[in-house]
Amino acid sequence: MTVEQILFYVMSAIALLSALLVVSQKNFVRSIFLFFLTLFSMAGLFVFALADFVAITQLVIYVGGVLVLMIFAFLLSNRELLNNPDSSKQQSSFLHYLPGILVSMLFFGVLLFVFSDLHPESFQWIAQSELNTLKPQDNTIHYLGINIMTRYLLPFEVVSVLLLMALIGAAHIARKERDR
Amino acid sequence: MIPLSHFMMISAALFCIGLFAVLSKKNAILILIGIEFMLNAAILNFVAFSKHDKLASGGQVFAVFAIVLAAATVAVTLAIVLNVYKYYKTIDPTKIDQLRD
Repeated sequence: MTVEQILFYVMSAIALLSALLVVSQKNFVRSIFLFFLTLFSMAGLFVFALADFVAITQLVIYVGGVLVLMIFAFLLSNRELLNNPDSSKQQSSFLHYLPGILVSMLFFGVLLFVFSDLHPESFQWIAQSELNTLKPQDNTIHYLGINIMTRYLLPFEVVSVLLLMALIGAAHIARKERDR
Repeated sequence: MIPLSHFMMISAALFCIGLFAVLSKKNAILILIGIEFMLNAAILNFVAFSKHDKLASGGQVFAVFAIVLAAATVAVTLAIVLNVYKYYKTIDPTKIDQLRD
């Protein structure tokens, strides 16, 4: 077991445990801050897949943008929950969670069953990708930049227009209604 | 060198946690967090398989696109959540069950 493997499994354990805590936590504020931890460790896992640019993007956009937005929305929509967190205890029983647990466990079982049969390393395009495999010393941002500006130029433009539309739409929906 | 199947197992587990959150949470923001978990699981798979695609790097490019789309989704969703809260004074999706005034 090398250091790389130990770090990878520790990080994935942190990600999965904090995700489980997020969904099982009664206190909303705690679960939002645990969501932080999950995103950080997911960024760590991206680094182990040799995608440092995606990891940095994850940190900048999710942790810097999405999480702040979520905390804002939480503060604006649940103020009474923040003032007395003890009163937020729901009287939801175990029966309320049973269908969700059942469906997600069954789906996880199906996925594990499929993955145990599937050997991704024996796919043809992966087995023949000896020259095409990233190595840790490669400069991924170099390849990524060239590809975004050539091969994926149309998706790039489409996604940028879509982002602009979404931001204008969000600002329009959330604006204050002026009294006439 | 970590085998690809381990990446897939981790992303399957994260996806199922997100599915559970979407199915059984009673707070719109927590449901949104569940959707983000599912998106992150998909992005992990994209990135893991992109390791064997150095020259085209399709997986990494589309992982970046997926992150950008997730950010746009969150902005719009939170604006909708704020409006729903202003109107119904709750963000519990099980209690918002009528369209009329």
